[in-house]
Amino acid sequence: MAELFTLPVLFGIIYSGIRLATPYLYASIGESFSQASGVLNLGVDGIMLMGAYTGFYVGMTSGSLWLGLLAAAITGLLMGLLMAVISVTLKAEQGISGIGLQLFGLGLSTLLFKLTMGGAISISGFPPVRIPLLGNIPYIGEAFFNHNLLVYFAYLLVPIANFVLNKTTLGLKIRAAGQNPQAADTLGVNITLIRYLTVSMGGLMAGIAGASLSIALINLFQENITSGMGFIAVALVYFGGWKPTGVLLGSLLFSFVNAFQLWIQVKGINIPSDFAVMMPYVLTIFALAFAVKRVSAPAALTKIFERGEN
Amino acid sequence: MQEKHNAKELLNKTFDALLPLLAVPLALIIGALLLLIFKVNPLTAYWSLLQGAFGSVSGLTQTIVKATPLLLVGLGVCIAFRGGIINIGGEGQLIVGALAATAIAVGFPNLPRIIILPLTFLGAILAGGVWGGIPGILKSRLGVNEILSTVMMNAIALQLSNYLLRGPLIDPAEIERGTQIAQSALLPKAVWLTKLVPQTLLHSGAIIALVMAILVYIFLWRTSIGYRIRAVGLNPDAAKYAGIPVQFYQALSLMLGGAFAGLAGAVEVTGVSHRMLEGLSAGYGFSGIVAALFGKLHPLGSIPASILFGGFLVGGRSMQRAVQVPSALIDTILGLTVLFVVSADIWSSYRARRRLSNG
Repeated sequence: MAELFTLPVLFGIIYSGIRLATPYLYASIGESFSQASGVLNLGVDGIMLMGAYTGFYVGMTSGSLWLGLLAAAITGLLMGLLMAVISVTLKAEQGISGIGLQLFGLGLSTLLFKLTMGGAISISGFPPVRIPLLGNIPYIGEAFFNHNLLVYFAYLLVPIANFVLNKTTLGLKIRAAGQNPQAADTLGVNITLIRYLTVSMGGLMAGIAGASLSIALINLFQENITSGMGFIAVALVYFGGWKPTGVLLGSLLFSFVNAFQLWIQVKGINIPSDFAVMMPYVLTIFALAFAVKRVSAPAALTKIFERGEN
Repeated sequence: MQEKHNAKELLNKTFDALLPLLAVPLALIIGALLLLIFKVNPLTAYWSLLQGAFGSVSGLTQTIVKATPLLLVGLGVCIAFRGGIINIGGEGQLIVGALAATAIAVGFPNLPRIIILPLTFLGAILAGGVWGGIPGILKSRLGVNEILSTVMMNAIALQLSNYLLRGPLIDPAEIERGTQIAQSALLPKAVWLTKLVPQTLLHSGAIIALVMAILVYIFLWRTSIGYRIRAVGLNPDAAKYAGIPVQFYQALSLMLGGAFAGLAGAVEVTGVSHRMLEGLSAGYGFSGIVAALFGKLHPLGSIPASILFGGFLVGGRSMQRAVQVPSALIDTILGLTVLFVVSADIWSSYRARRRLSNG
């Protein structure tokens, strides 16, 4: 255990923590937009699976990872749009429709995987890009500045999302749709349009989150490759208090615990690996129970908007 | 005039009740389109699905065996949902129920059936209840969203099971042989559920599930606790105003939901596998939600719904054998069914509103 406190090990854990946070960042930032506007999309996991599949399959067959990424984004967008139709226009119960979307994505991605690939194949994903100068600093360069492009983009999204949500009119409208849709509606905000926009964009980001797994981090596709990561991403939005910066902190915390847990397993330290795998989930429950007390959820979250009533 | 009005109302009600039934054919049509893309004849595929699920004694009994855990999990989902709580933790609750049942049955191999069988089931119900009760208490005391906490509890239960099945609960024979397959020892015969039809898998768990469905119906609609749970689910503010401790009943409904999923776990180990295995839950925690939803979250409606979806699971495998279509198609169809059922609600409420305004 003393080995933990050596520079190579510490920076090794930081490196994988930063890497592991990538899919969570894409998915949770997308989801925080849709939740900020009042729609809980619990189907993120299913969208991620479909994104992971299409990203991998298109990337593999076309030979272009960027084309794969585009395909994953479009798949995510379409599934987000489907969720928007169901939860905004058809006014369905959001928790349940999310489970439906998850089952659908899990089933369809497995079906397509078995029919088109048969078994798990690996490809060479996005290569690491070392940032000049910074990348050459001992230890720090390796841990922070030698990742692939999708990892950098994920972190770049945080300030962008922050800006859009807090400093633009669109962001104000999104938050209004989530806090008090009736009032926003009377002021001329098109609630339906806003929610369609955020849920579809959330879907797009979840699609990219899935692709980041299959063509940038693990570089293969297998049945249920996310194993519930999409649900964690939804939890991280609550954890982060519906703010991109909070989501970033949550994703990092979760991923560092995970990286630490992986290190424990590799080292064969005398903790059953099952308990190590359990750690991030237990931590999330504790965090939801005790840490997230000060921020309250968007008032209209999961509530259906009925125009002209009340 | 009055008679005509009643007839119209009956027609409307029937239409509303039948509307969700359209969800399955719609989902099947989309599944058929998928099959066509892969140049599989959907009619052959669906025929083998139907044949596999309902076409023979063996298929039919397997369908009922699959429907049993779906119904039990679904009953738990019904109770929780009636209390305004969405229980997605069926998977984890079922696993801890099965683990508790296994630990008790393996731990006391020499007790007579009359003592050990109830004890095994009680242990599973308690374990499932605790697993549902934790998110329940977190919800009522600390305001933790139950959807998220039950999902986390699923992941924790899965790891707990992995640990126990490789460690304390592993079959000693597996260690001796050196195969190390993660499964428990065979349970003593004293806890095996009775076979209902010789030479088939059908066991008395199906009867337990049926009786439970009726009991849950009586509980929810004929007892005061059930009434309060429903009141809390329908309108928590009004319930609070009426002096009902809302948070208590929310936690209770989630705990009861967990207890039923735990019972499903016990039925699976004592009725089907006769030992705890990895992957025993097989997604029942999720397909149970689909069954409950399709049964309009009514305990009695869940009975035919569970049989239908049990048939899907059994038929899916024979379809995989006959026309090489991966059984993942069934998950896809289940997912679509959920999406269609929840989307259909708007038509019912729209029609209800129109009826009101038309007098």
